[in-house]
Amino acid sequence: MTTMQELTKGFFKDNPVFVMALGLCPTLAVTTSVENAVGMGMASTFVLLCANIIISLIKGFIPAKIRIPCYIVVIASFVTIVDMVMHAYLPELHKNLGIFIPLIVVNCMILGRAEAFASKNNLIKSIADGIGMGIGFTIALVIIGSIREILGAGEFLGFSIAPASYQPVLVAILAPGAFIVMGVLMGIMNLIKKE
Amino acid sequence: MELFGRIVALAIAAIFVHNFVLARFLGLCPYIGVSKKVDSALGMGMAVIFVMTMASTITWIIQNYLLIPLELQFLQTIAFILTIASLVQLVEMVIQKTAPALYKALGVFLPLITTNCAVLGVAILNIQSQYTFLESILHGLFAGIGFTLVLVLMGGIRERLETAEVPVSMKGMPIAMIVAGCMAMAFLGFAGLQF
Repeated sequence: MTTMQELTKGFFKDNPVFVMALGLCPTLAVTTSVENAVGMGMASTFVLLCANIIISLIKGFIPAKIRIPCYIVVIASFVTIVDMVMHAYLPELHKNLGIFIPLIVVNCMILGRAEAFASKNNLIKSIADGIGMGIGFTIALVIIGSIREILGAGEFLGFSIAPASYQPVLVAILAPGAFIVMGVLMGIMNLIKKE
Repeated sequence: MELFGRIVALAIAAIFVHNFVLARFLGLCPYIGVSKKVDSALGMGMAVIFVMTMASTITWIIQNYLLIPLELQFLQTIAFILTIASLVQLVEMVIQKTAPALYKALGVFLPLITTNCAVLGVAILNIQSQYTFLESILHGLFAGIGFTLVLVLMGGIRERLETAEVPVSMKGMPIAMIVAGCMAMAFLGFAGLQF
């Protein structure tokens, strides 16, 4: 595969959320609004990119037996950086995302890419993979976030777009809505792939 | 008597009102991944109860007797995830030596638990909610029980779903998501039980 293909495969064909079902917890938990979705997507992309770079650079030094703890330490360091930077500069977003920022550590998408890709490929390809998968993750989050925000609040990015007579479907913002929107989107994805 | 009342309140809150899977969106990967059969769901649930209780105990001690006196709270994420990873490894080795039968039943699930965000989630929530030592242990235990409850329920539903007529593109993951949504809706009914 060329570097360009590595970059674009995460957008749709191998989308980490819809196709590979990785990183479901943050996907469902923070997508109550588009703003949170973008914030979470950006934070995860940063951690994924940095972790991919470091792991593909040090892959030669890590003994195979303890590679998972090594990967986790690398990922946890970058998550701590994101946590502190967000706390300092974006306190509102930091509060909204709450516990899910430290939990980026156990996002199986990041550990999965480290194990399945960065530990086997060179630096350039790992960077392309990190950016591509991160953008794919962000796209998925924004799609789910848009649907839930529009249905559940009649708003998009905080701007009211629905007519005044619109009764918000409150359940879309609550927990059940996340599962149902996700299920329907995965079904549609399967349908498109088959054709 | 007052202590008993607090424990009951904590139990109902952790198992039903703020159920880790359906209300907090933690531990979704095993929830979708290991819920195809009731047996394996029960095995996974038992392993998670055990690890969550242990993790709550040990991370509380680390936070209050190591990180706070040394003013190293910013290392919380790294310290906790390493603790959980080594704890899971330790538990695996101890069970393998002392109870081979139990190891056979839980064995395959144990390594998966490291990246179960419910475990790191409960550790961080204990600290954020400023629980005492006893409350932390009980919160870990009850959160694990809540996780097992929905995992086993889901296992039962999915065994029935095997024979149900589901549109082809909705088979597997998508329909599991919709079912989870319906369960979450049912669990919303417990939201009135505030203490």
